[in-house]
Amino acid sequence: MSYLRIEQLTKEFGSYRAVEGLTLTIEKGEFVSLLGPSGCGKTTTLQMIAGFVEPSAGSVVLGGKDLLAVPPYKRGLGIVFQSYALFPHMTAAENVAFGLEMAGVGRDERRRRAGDMLELVGLSGFADRFPRRMSGGQQQRVALARALVIRPSILLLDEPLSNLDAKLREGMQVELRQIQRQLGTTTVLVTHDQAEAMALSDRIVVMNKGRAEQVGPPEETYERPASAFVSDFLGRTNTLTAQVDGEGTVRLRGVAIPMAKLAPGPVSLSVRPEKVGFTEAGAGFVNAVVTAKVFQGTHWLYQLETPDGAVVVIRQNDGSGGPAEGASVGLRWAVEHCLVEPERRSAP
Amino acid sequence: MSAAVSGDGRSRNWAPYLLSGPALLLFIGVVVAPIAMTALLSFQSWDRVKGIGDVLVLAHWREVLSDGYFAEMFLRTLRLSVIVTVLTAVIGAPEAYILHRMTSRWKGVCLLVILGPLLISVVARTLGWALLFGGANGVVNQALIKLGIISAPLPFMFTETGVAIALAHVLMPFMVLAVSASLQKVDPKIEHAAASLGARPATVVFRIVLPQVMPGLLSGAIIVFALAASSFATPAIIGGRRLKVASTLIYDEFLNSLNWPLGAVIAMILLLALVAIVAGSNRIVERRYAEAFS
Repeated sequence: MSYLRIEQLTKEFGSYRAVEGLTLTIEKGEFVSLLGPSGCGKTTTLQMIAGFVEPSAGSVVLGGKDLLAVPPYKRGLGIVFQSYALFPHMTAAENVAFGLEMAGVGRDERRRRAGDMLELVGLSGFADRFPRRMSGGQQQRVALARALVIRPSILLLDEPLSNLDAKLREGMQVELRQIQRQLGTTTVLVTHDQAEAMALSDRIVVMNKGRAEQVGPPEETYERPASAFVSDFLGRTNTLTAQVDGEGTVRLRGVAIPMAKLAPGPVSLSVRPEKVGFTEAGAGFVNAVVTAKVFQGTHWLYQLETPDGAVVVIRQNDGSGGPAEGASVGLRWAVEHCLVEPERRSAP
Repeated sequence: MSAAVSGDGRSRNWAPYLLSGPALLLFIGVVVAPIAMTALLSFQSWDRVKGIGDVLVLAHWREVLSDGYFAEMFLRTLRLSVIVTVLTAVIGAPEAYILHRMTSRWKGVCLLVILGPLLISVVARTLGWALLFGGANGVVNQALIKLGIISAPLPFMFTETGVAIALAHVLMPFMVLAVSASLQKVDPKIEHAAASLGARPATVVFRIVLPQVMPGLLSGAIIVFALAASSFATPAIIGGRRLKVASTLIYDEFLNSLNWPLGAVIAMILLLALVAIVAGSNRIVERRYAEAFS
């Protein structure tokens, strides 16, 4: 029996469906990310779990109890918002202790537990500071401490790191993951940042247009994307148009690609930049000309022009140099690394 | 520009002075000069027959400060202003919060209802209240008796109660506007955060929202207090000649007794008291909230 069960959750705003029949189960202690572009319904889903938005249909069950029948202030969930939403008229310690006060915890224990939690997030010296006098990263930690101190059944994180600069964000990701592991709090993260989702989560729910396109561990969603949308959203991908001939063979401008037979018709073929390798011109699946070659330290980034459009290739910097700009090459990849989907007119 | 900034004194930057000049002249002409003249007037001698003299005396100040009649009148002005301020805060702040929570369609309509009275002259609005209050058969009394809240008609006209009610209504929009403005700065997510931490809706309002709009509420209170203490039309119509406040007394001294210097003394005391109270409370507000909101 899973800890949190979301079934057929739907939210309509007028005729617009923000979330459409979302079904998801989350185990105790798991870290799950809802990942998707803005408007995909991930925040609405979070708000329905939290109780700030009433679902049009569906159910949310937490530990066998119907969560939708419980008012927000009795759900016992910890939430961290993108804007931190700290109480500006209270010090950091007062902010953290507020939830304990609401739970009827005595003054001394309140102070002790708030102090412990501030220490856990690395802010022991900031107890008496007002949010105004703290940096974004510090406010973020206070918000996290405030949400965690009530020992929430689920920690909901609504784009918690997107207001921080890149370096701070990376540090916070590691820290967040450590704290989450240490406390074992079941966590749902909403984010549009695929790197963040992959770095933090046990499982990722890739959402698009109110639906879950794929649910799975980060490596799986990255390596075996269920759709071109997932492939494109989780990192870079090259998409080429191919044809399936009468015998069911996938052909790229006549060159057969040795993979499972498919129904005839146009298909789109996607393959990740780091999975593409160079061969002699004419020996690969497709011929290309190197238009740009950019050094990025650990790897080289190649921009190539093929008869079917631009392709990006990333090669590890193994010291061999690789093809020069203007060189004609053939491109090849292991067929298990490419995803073939029937051509969609409205491809994202 | 750079010459002025480097401060070598060769070309002084006159632009700020020239640009603020007209406003400054206007300020001196219509604010500073009349107050200075009133201050001077308060020291000039006065005689029932000869009128205002050129000799400077302290007699009027002594009279006002020693006569219990004036003390009572000032106290009444202060009491009324405090009551009106509290009334507008107690009614206006929830009003602003309800308005804040409304969907935008209703918000527009209700804002018009609240601010609409500002478009009508204070005299007209007060006369409206006089009609509602007037006599034992006034609408308000009849309604209260019919509702069983009171058994005998209450006196509203020429009482502090009546003046306070009418003034509170007249000044309500200022409070609602001040509180609304600070409510707009409150992140709605903060209320959600408080709810998620176990705060019931009422707790959210009193512990989370109210402290954040306190600066707005207090600046609204300062505006209402100052306007109530110096209001003329409402106390003149509802309070009549029986219930004098500072402004109606000043009017009487100037236009009925024709004792301008005495009126000037009352006017100066009212002005100084108001400046002291407003500046003092503003100081307290700023110091109290400097840490959290700056």
